[in-house]
Amino acid sequence: MKVDVAIVGGGLMGSSTALHLARAGQKVIVVEKNSPGRHASGVNAGGLRRLNRDPAEIPLAVVAAQMWREIESLVGSDCDVQLSGQVRVAENAADLQKLSERAALVRSLGFEHEQLITRERLYQLVPALAPHCVGGLYTAGDGFARPYHALTAFRRQAQSLGVKYHTGFPVTGLERLGSCWRVVTESAKFEAPILVNCAGAWAGQICAYLDEPVPLKVGAPMMMVTERLPHFLDPVVGAASRKLSFKQMQNGTVLIGGAYLAEHDMVKETTEIDLTKLSASSQTVLALFPRMANVRIVRTWAGLEAFMPDRIPVIGSSAKHPSVYHAFGFSAHGFQLSPVVGRIMSELILNQKSSLALEPFSIQRFQSSG
Amino acid sequence: MPKTYQLVVIGAGPGGLCAAITAASLGLDVVVLDEQPSPGGQIYRGISQTPDDRSALLGADYQRGADLVAAFKASGAQYWPQTTVWSLNSRREIGILRQGRASIIQAERVIVASGAMERPVPFLGWTLPGVMNAGAAQILLKTAGVVPAQGTVIAGTGPLPLLVAWQYLRAGVKVKAVLELSPGTNLWRAAPYLPGALVAGDYISRGLKYTLDLNKGGVPIYYGVSRLQARGNDRIEAVEYGWDILGSDRRETIITDSLLVHFGVIPRTNLTKAAGCQHIWDRGQQCWRPQVDRWGNTNVPGIAVIGDNAGIGGARSAEHSGRLAALEAARSWHLISTQQRDRQAHNDLKWLRKDLRVRPFLEALYRLPDSLLVPPDDEILVCRCEEISAGQIRQAVREEHGDPNQVKFYLRCGMGPCQGRQCAPAVAQIVAAENKRPVADYTTFRVRPPIRTLTIAQLANLESSES
Ligand SMILES: Cc1cc2nc3c(=O)[nH]c(=O)nc-3n(C[C@H](O)[C@H](O)[C@H](O)COP(=O)(O)OP(=O)(O)OC[C@H]3O[C@@H](n4cnc5c(N)ncnc54)[C@H](O)[C@@H]3O)c2cc1C
Ligand SMILES: Cc1cc2nc3c(=O)[nH]c(=O)nc-3n(C[C@H](O)[C@H](O)[C@H](O)COP(=O)(O)OP(=O)(O)OC[C@H]3O[C@@H](n4cnc5c(N)ncnc54)[C@H](O)[C@@H]3O)c2cc1C
Repeated sequence: MKVDVAIVGGGLMGSSTALHLARAGQKVIVVEKNSPGRHASGVNAGGLRRLNRDPAEIPLAVVAAQMWREIESLVGSDCDVQLSGQVRVAENAADLQKLSERAALVRSLGFEHEQLITRERLYQLVPALAPHCVGGLYTAGDGFARPYHALTAFRRQAQSLGVKYHTGFPVTGLERLGSCWRVVTESAKFEAPILVNCAGAWAGQICAYLDEPVPLKVGAPMMMVTERLPHFLDPVVGAASRKLSFKQMQNGTVLIGGAYLAEHDMVKETTEIDLTKLSASSQTVLALFPRMANVRIVRTWAGLEAFMPDRIPVIGSSAKHPSVYHAFGFSAHGFQLSPVVGRIMSELILNQKSSLALEPFSIQRFQSSG
Repeated sequence: MPKTYQLVVIGAGPGGLCAAITAASLGLDVVVLDEQPSPGGQIYRGISQTPDDRSALLGADYQRGADLVAAFKASGAQYWPQTTVWSLNSRREIGILRQGRASIIQAERVIVASGAMERPVPFLGWTLPGVMNAGAAQILLKTAGVVPAQGTVIAGTGPLPLLVAWQYLRAGVKVKAVLELSPGTNLWRAAPYLPGALVAGDYISRGLKYTLDLNKGGVPIYYGVSRLQARGNDRIEAVEYGWDILGSDRRETIITDSLLVHFGVIPRTNLTKAAGCQHIWDRGQQCWRPQVDRWGNTNVPGIAVIGDNAGIGGARSAEHSGRLAALEAARSWHLISTQQRDRQAHNDLKWLRKDLRVRPFLEALYRLPDSLLVPPDDEILVCRCEEISAGQIRQAVREEHGDPNQVKFYLRCGMGPCQGRQCAPAVAQIVAAENKRPVADYTTFRVRPPIRTLTIAQLANLESSES
């Protein structure tokens, strides 16, 4: 079979890119070293958040939010999307000042989704919150989905359009062969004129094969989840000056994150939970939701994620090679962006341009003299 | 910085106790942690508190523990009862819960001796109230004298169903029947190992004694039974079973409000898995176990595993392996030389070899048929926490969720409060069967702390240093 595009990485970015390309009639293969969704895409917190995005990401996140609203038409599944809003809580005057400046910034960029809300409105939205909070920043229509289910839906839809997943094939090298790229693995080689790097936490390695180094750092955000509780919370709750992401899932469990990082080992591909940090995370939970004190934690976990120094991803074409494209470095907030990233990548690959501004995400920002 | 201890032993069963006694005698600072209120482990549970009449009822086997516990109390090892270990990592940081308070201690060396658990075998109706593990029922008898009031049926494989039936008989409980689910053909497979087994003490003679006593007591024992099913609406009302003899679809029913089941025991692997120890599939024992050398060492430096936790060997083997791991610990601190270790290990290694000679016979005799390892009916609930059936798991595998962790992500099976302890083996078995690959190619779910649930407040108040 003649292949048009070879994608390294069967996470959400690779799968969304594959799906969009296949919809445009391209023959695509995905080369994945483990199984689709084994890493960040399968184990993330599922947060769908425009709230508090880097200004450069806002236009992408806004389009992505629209795509999540209609996700069923794209992937044939609702991915358990729950658009019950996201809110950042202000606990004092300084927090409130910070949030109102943020709201002004977002407005000045021409967006209306981040709304300052009063204390009264906050407690309407989150009655379970500790009583000391003074207001918040709220984005209606944000929410969450189930990541592994979303990844599965993207994969299956892509497969139904002819995308072939080669799973269990770690890519160990990339070679230029005339006008083709050869993707080298231990037991097989794949060839395609176009190559896409969606290798998540390992994307830096792929860049190294391409002699296009990037200052990517791997981190392993930790999560914990509680036993099931009767429904008490609709929006996803974060805080202006604390590390917290707090949501109640459809089945009643409460998912707690806060960007605390686990220890990790990139060779064994393992992470080890740092209990001291999760203790701090639990203290944050108690400060904002004292009613959680006697709720049992059932599981903790962590996932390997690529972080860039400026906390925004690399999305775009290689600065070094023709026909090579990158989408990585999502710095712990790529889940929400995944539908639009696939669309952008397919636009870039097929039309050499994108409908959205990609300058801030260029890999060149790390290559300029210095 | 958490407080550091030289040697921490997790589990005060025969294995852990022997490890502690030996280590303390060689000059090591030892702390033994156990979630139970008194030492003894599974077999000698509550030995120091059991009234004499009940311990007499439980037989001589049970009384052996008294000496062991006495020696432990005199050993100088520290003992922390009612201390639950909820985390162990590769750096030997141990999360414990004591008197409602969570803390982390650091061990320079860890001996994991957390024993075995009853092998969970999902069958139709196994989640109905009134269906219980025979081992758990035995614990109720040993510690509280609690028995099924209206009599019971005991079903399963291995020596324990017979033993529990015998103990109930002696306690005056009506045992309506013992259903032995090992296939009749196991006898032929086991026969070649019999000469080896005969060397190993009294295992076999005790089994014969139980059978004879049960016969005398009028308890029917049915062999080669298959297709066990518990029936009932809100709780069990009857047990159904049949025989898979060629062409026979005869089904029998016993009316009962209690069914005790037991399909042997398997190592508790959650701590060692959480710590990153390597595990392998043991074909003989039909379970996963940590990979260890003769001293109990795992691939993780400073973490050893002994007793049933390292592979089912019984209480005596646990004692020997505990002493071996203690010798190795002493050697690692140069309290004894390698030669001294080897010399002192001589008898334990010899006894261990002898004791282990009974295993191939027992393993062959009580070998579980595939129909018990791989739930055959799609309706059988496999994950009771999240109510996931065998059929759903098979469907997920067909949709390319091709390993147990993917099945877990997709279906949530193994994500409930028991953290997969009950469904992990069956899920891996179904995945392997569905992929037509040997089960040894798979591992069970990844395990993360807490391996026992912990509240948010307990974690928030975590003490990681001792004032
Ligand atoms: C715990 C956690 C919580 C998060 N919460 C959120 C959230 O709430 N909201 C949000 O928007 N984002 C969140 N994120 C971030 C989000 O999950 C990621 O940004 C996103 O999933 C990245 O997708 P990806 O496809 O780039 O990476 P991945 O899913 O990691 O996929 C990369 C794939 O490439 C494969 N691969 C790598 N190297 C090779 C190779 N050499 N050969 C073959 N295959 C290779 C890997 O095996 C992997 O499957 C979270 C992340 C984590 C870890
Ligand atoms: C249900 C059952 C019934 C049995 N009945 C018999 C019998 O009647 N006759 C017979 O000969 N053999 C019996 N056995 C086998 C026998 O108990 C074992 O061979 C023997 O006890 C093994 O000793 P051990 O030291 O390896 O582990 P165990 O005796 O099991 O000791 C392990 C100890 O670790 C503790 N522990 C486990 N996890 C944790 C944790 N997370 N935190 C703190 N403490 C923990 C437990 O409380 C326990 O005290 C039975 C086994 C089981 C599981």
